Amino acid sequence: MSLRSPLGQALGRGAAKDGVHHWLMQRMTAVALVPLAIWLVVSLLSLPALDYATVSAWLRQDWTAVLLILSVLTAAWHSQLGVRVVIEDYVGSRGLRTVLLALVTYLHVLAAAAGVFAVLKVALGGAA
Amino acid sequence: MAARPTSPHLSVYRVHRYTLLTSGLHRISGLVLSLGLIVLVYWLMALAAGPVAYAHAAALLGLGVFKILWLALLAVFSYHLCAGLRHLVWDTGRAMERAHSRASAYLVLGASAVLFIGLALWLLGRRHAS
Repeated sequence: MSLRSPLGQALGRGAAKDGVHHWLMQRMTAVALVPLAIWLVVSLLSLPALDYATVSAWLRQDWTAVLLILSVLTAAWHSQLGVRVVIEDYVGSRGLRTVLLALVTYLHVLAAAAGVFAVLKVALGGAA
Repeated sequence: MAARPTSPHLSVYRVHRYTLLTSGLHRISGLVLSLGLIVLVYWLMALAAGPVAYAHAAALLGLGVFKILWLALLAVFSYHLCAGLRHLVWDTGRAMERAHSRASAYLVLGASAVLFIGLALWLLGRRHAS
């Protein structure tokens, strides 16, 4: 057992390189979302109608399904990172903040899973 | 544990109009877009559940209240996109001086307003056509 303090052991070893992870992932997802979000908004506005047949036919196109899955996953990730910061900044109570951060994370994972499942089900489901 | 200050010290901020406005709008528009993600997933799940469930969801989302939501989503999308690009430019260390920051704030507000008006006209136009 070393008698050196935890601080003494850590000093000089450099950063864990983990501190910028949130910042970097927020930027990575932001850059990816620029084309993805524009594609999604333009695609939805371009749909000739929003009935079941039109929308499901659109979703059955291979690249629509792929880009939509990427959009949902990237948006959920980016959203989770952003909402997390807002909660950390404005919710002062430690207990409430921890609960909210957990709930928001679960909710985003749920949204991502449901979004991917829905797209795959429609895209791979064959003719309905 | 002692009460610690929270990050943007809202109560002690001097309200420089454009900095507080652009920063606040970026956060609020981001939060509204998060709600938009939930609506998108709900819509996709309804689609995956089949024509009957989709018809129910489409009837619900077609209600008058939601028309305001679609316009609001286009507005926050336009703003968050433009303001986000400004943040990405800042991340390269450029245009952070006060004069540039002020000019880009108004550029973002103007560009997002133009983008929103264009998208809103598109939405309302196609709604009218269908």
